[in-house]
Amino acid sequence: MRIGIPKEIHTGERRVAGTPKTVKKLIEMGFEVVVEQGAGVAAEHYDDMYAQAGATLTADTKAVWGESDIVLKVHSPQIHPSLGVHEADLIKEGGCLIGFIWPAQNQDILDKFNARKASVLAMDCVPRISRAQKVDALSAMANAAGYRAVIEAVNVYPRFLTGQSTAAGGIKPAKVLVIGAGVAGLAAIGAAKSLGAIVRAFDTRLEVGDQVRSMGAEFLELDFKEDGSGEGGYAKIMSKEFIDAEMKLFAQQAMEVDIIITTALIPGKPAPLLITAGMVESMREGGVIVDLAAQQGGNCVLTKADELVIHKGVRVVGYTDLPSRMAIQTSWLYASTLVSMIDEMGGDENFKIDFENDIVRGSLVCHDGNTTWPPPQQKQTQAPIVSPDQPSMDTAATAAQDGKPKTKYGSIAVMIIIAIALLALGRVAPSDFLSHFTVFVLACFVGWQVVWNVTPALHTPLMSVTNAISGIILIGGMLHLSGTTTGSEVHTDTIAVVLGAAAVFLAAINISGGFLVTRRMLSMFHK
Amino acid sequence: MTSNIAPTPETLVAATTNASSLTGLATVAYIIAAALFIMSLSGLGHPETSRRGNVYGIAGMLIALIATALLLSSSGFMIFMAAVIPAAIIGAVLASRVQMTSMPQLVAMLHSFVGAAAVLVGFATLREHSPLTGSALLIHNIEIYIGVCIGSITFTGSIIAYAKLDGKIGGKPLVLPARHLLNIIVVLLTFALGYMFAQAVGDGDMTKSMWLLGIATAITGLFGVHMVMAIGGADMPVVVSMLNSYSGWAAAAAGFMLSNDLLIITGALVGSSGAILSYIMCKSMNRSFFSVIMGGFGAAEGTTVAIEGEHTEIMVEGTVDLIRNAKSIVIVPGYGMAVAQAQHTLSEITKELEAAGIKIRFAIHPIAGRLPGHMNVLLAEANISYDIVLEMDEINEDFTETDLVLVIGANDIVNPSALDDPGSPIAGMPVLEVWKAKDVIVMKRSMASGYAGIGNPLFVKDNTQMLFGDAKKNVDAILTAYRTG
Repeated sequence: MRIGIPKEIHTGERRVAGTPKTVKKLIEMGFEVVVEQGAGVAAEHYDDMYAQAGATLTADTKAVWGESDIVLKVHSPQIHPSLGVHEADLIKEGGCLIGFIWPAQNQDILDKFNARKASVLAMDCVPRISRAQKVDALSAMANAAGYRAVIEAVNVYPRFLTGQSTAAGGIKPAKVLVIGAGVAGLAAIGAAKSLGAIVRAFDTRLEVGDQVRSMGAEFLELDFKEDGSGEGGYAKIMSKEFIDAEMKLFAQQAMEVDIIITTALIPGKPAPLLITAGMVESMREGGVIVDLAAQQGGNCVLTKADELVIHKGVRVVGYTDLPSRMAIQTSWLYASTLVSMIDEMGGDENFKIDFENDIVRGSLVCHDGNTTWPPPQQKQTQAPIVSPDQPSMDTAATAAQDGKPKTKYGSIAVMIIIAIALLALGRVAPSDFLSHFTVFVLACFVGWQVVWNVTPALHTPLMSVTNAISGIILIGGMLHLSGTTTGSEVHTDTIAVVLGAAAVFLAAINISGGFLVTRRMLSMFHK
Repeated sequence: MTSNIAPTPETLVAATTNASSLTGLATVAYIIAAALFIMSLSGLGHPETSRRGNVYGIAGMLIALIATALLLSSSGFMIFMAAVIPAAIIGAVLASRVQMTSMPQLVAMLHSFVGAAAVLVGFATLREHSPLTGSALLIHNIEIYIGVCIGSITFTGSIIAYAKLDGKIGGKPLVLPARHLLNIIVVLLTFALGYMFAQAVGDGDMTKSMWLLGIATAITGLFGVHMVMAIGGADMPVVVSMLNSYSGWAAAAAGFMLSNDLLIITGALVGSSGAILSYIMCKSMNRSFFSVIMGGFGAAEGTTVAIEGEHTEIMVEGTVDLIRNAKSIVIVPGYGMAVAQAQHTLSEITKELEAAGIKIRFAIHPIAGRLPGHMNVLLAEANISYDIVLEMDEINEDFTETDLVLVIGANDIVNPSALDDPGSPIAGMPVLEVWKAKDVIVMKRSMASGYAGIGNPLFVKDNTQMLFGDAKKNVDAILTAYRTG
C-alpha cells in the first residue's frame, strides 16, 4: 500500500506528519511512501533525507493525495492556497486519512470526507485508555506545549526566574502559577521548576494533587470540596459555588505570582474564562500570562490567539503554535504516534478498519460515506450489567435467581417458553387481569432500569426506602375497612375489618420507620 | 356481617366492590403516587439527589393514602386513624432510636411487617371480595394464595434474619439432614394445598378455604424459617435483599387480588430493586443465587491449599511509623470495624492524615458488612466524605501504587486464594487486591478464619503484618500515638 505525506499548508505550521526516521519504519513495515517535496523543510527535514530513508519525492501535491491509500497529516484539511481546492476533495475515493481532525469544530469537513467515501481517523479522538498511550498524539503535543509555554513566558519576562544571592544584592525567585494540571500543566510545572521558579498549581480534579506534588510544586486547594474529574481523565464543568471560590483564589494568586500559565480546557466546550482583566491588572509589573487555551477562546479575557498582548505592563501570550515551535522533535513524536496507529490497524499486510478495535473505532470519524463520530459510548459501569439478550417477563426474578449468564440457546428457550405461557394466559385470562398484568410487567421493567442507576454506596438507603414504599400494602388493608358495597347496602365482615386494620397497623410502622430512617441515613452522606 | 363468597345471580349483576370502584380522583392520585415512587428510586442514583428522592417517596405515599382514605366510610376512616397513628409513632421511634450499626436488623424487621401485612390482606380479601366466576375466580384465588404464601415466607424469613443479625440466634448455618428433600416436599405440598384451596373456594366453602389457607401459611412460614436458618451470617446481604424483593412481590400480589394498579406498580418496583441487589451481591461473591439460598456455606466442598508460613506481628508504634512514611494509604473496612464501632476514630485519623498531605482513601467491597452498602452508611455516619470512599472496581488497580493498606476487621474480601487457588470455596470471587500494595497491616482479633471458614494466605505474605486486638482500641491507640509522636 502507498502512504502519502503532503506538505502542511496551515499558516505557521512547521511540523510534518512523517520524518525520515518514521518513513523508514513505514517502509520496513512494507509500505511504499511518497513525500511531497519540501514537506519537512520547516522542521529541518530535507528532501534528500527522505530519499535516503527510501521515500519517493514528488512536487505533485495532487498525486501525493490522490494516489496514496493512506494520507498522513498534521492539521485538519483546508483549502489549498496554491491549488485553490480543498485538501479533503483530493483524497482518493475510499482512501484513508489520519491526522488531527477536531470533528466537533469541523463538522463540514466530515461531509467532504463522506463524499469521497474516505476512512478518516482523528488523532485528537484517540480514546484515553492505557493501551492507547503510544497512539496518544494529544498528550505528546500537550507535553511539548507545556514545556514551550514556560520558555515563551521566560522570553518576555523581564526578570530572573531563579533566585540568587549576589554581592550586588539578592534576587528573589519568580513565582509561577499553573492552572490545570493535565499533561501540559505538569510539563509546565517541571520546566518552570527546573528553571528555579517557585511553582504552584491548581486543578479542579483533586486526584492530580499527588502528581503535582511529585513534580515539586505546591497544590493549591479550595476550602470547598468538589471533585472535577470527568470522563476519560478530563475535567468536567463545576458548580457555581465552586467557580466562585476558584475565582477568589485566582484573584488572590494573581497579586502574588509573576507568571500564570493556564491550560484549562473542557472537551467540546469553549475554554473557561478564569483570569479577568482585573486580575491581570493586579499583577506585578512585568508579569506574564501564557494562555494555552488560546485556540479555544482563552482562559484569560485579554488573550488574543497567536498574539502577544501587552496590557498595563503585563504580557499576555496567546500563541497557538507552541508544539510547532519545536518542530524537529514534535514532528518526530507526532509521526511516531501515527506509525503506532498504522501498526494498530494491521500494518501493510493486514491493514483494515476494525470496528472491534477500541482505539481504531474511537478515532474513526468517517467511514464508507458515513459519519462514525462520536463513537458509541463504552461505559465503564461498576455494577455488573445483565446481558440484554434475556429481557424476559420478570427479568428481575430470573436474572437474580441465576447468577451465571445463560447461554444464548438457553435464553432463547426460556423466552419461547415464556411467550407460550403468555399466549396461553391470554387465551384463558379475563381482560381485566391482563391489563393489570401489563402494568405489572411494565413496572418490573421500569424498576429494573431505574435501580441499576443507584450507586452502590446508596444500597442501604435504597433498601430502606423501597421497604418504606412497599408499605403501600397498607392500602390493601384500608380497602377492607369499609366493607363491601352491594348496590346501596353495605356488608361488613368483622373478621376482614380486623385483619385489614392489623395490616394497616403493621404497614404503617413500616412506612414511617422506613422513610425516617432513610432520611437519617441520607442526611449523613456528604462530600 | 354477610359474606358474599357465593354470589347469587342478582348480586352478580348489581354488585360493585370497594376494591375496583376507585373514583377518578383516586386513580389520578395513584398515577401521581406511582410516578413519585419511580422518581424516588431514580433520585437515589447519586448522594446529591438522594434526599430529594426520599421526599418524593414520602409525597407519593401521602398522596396515595389520602386518596384512599377519601374512599373510606366514616367508620372505616375511624378504624384507619386508630390503627395508623400509633403505628406511625412506633415507626418513628424505632427509626430515630436505631444505631447505624443496627441498620441491618431494623431493615430485616421492617420487611417482616410487610410480609405479615400481605398475609393479613390475603385473608381479608378471601373473606370479602367481588363476586366472580369461572377463570376470573380461579385467577383471583391463585392471586390470594400466591400473595399469602410469599407474604408468609417474607414474614418468618425476615424474623429469622432479624434474630441472626441481632445476635439473638447464632450466625452459623443450620444444616438439617435431608434438607433439600424437605424443601422439595414443602414446595409440592404448597402446590397441592393451593389446588385444594382453589377447589374449596370454588365450592363456596368458606370455613374449609380459610383452614387450607391457614395451613399453607404455616407451611410456607416454616419454609421461610428453614431457608434463612440454613444461610450463614456472611451471606446475610443476599438474604436481606432477597427478602426485600419478596416483600415487593407480596405487595404486587396483593395488588392483583385487589385489582389495584398502584400496589402492583409499587410491588414490582420494590421486587425488581431487591432482585437486582441480590444479583449484585451474588455476583460480588461469584456464587449463584441458588447456592446461596441452599445455604450451608462454610461446610465447603473442594479442598484448599493449606496455608504455609508464619505471620509477622506488628505493634501500634510500628503501625504509626509506617503510616507516617506512607504517601498514600487505603483503608479496607469489614464487618469487624462495624462491630467494634471504629469508624469515628477512623474519621479522626483520616482528617489528621489528610491535613498532613497523605492521600487516604477507603476501599469498599460490595459484600463488606451485613447489608448492601453497609460500610458506606457507617463511614458516612462518621463524617467521612464519600469522595474518598471508593468501590472495589474503582480502586483495585490503584493498590500497586499504594504505600500502605490497613485492613480493619475484614478477611474473606481480601483473600488472595479467591484468585489463585481454584480449589478454594471462594475461588473466582472478586476481592480487593490489597497484597499488591507496598505494605499491608491487617487488624484482627486473632488468626481465626472468616465466615467462609477458610485460611487467608494474605496473613503470611512477606509484606503483610498483623496487628491483633480489638479494632476500636487499636485505632484509638494509633490516633493517640500519631498525635503525640
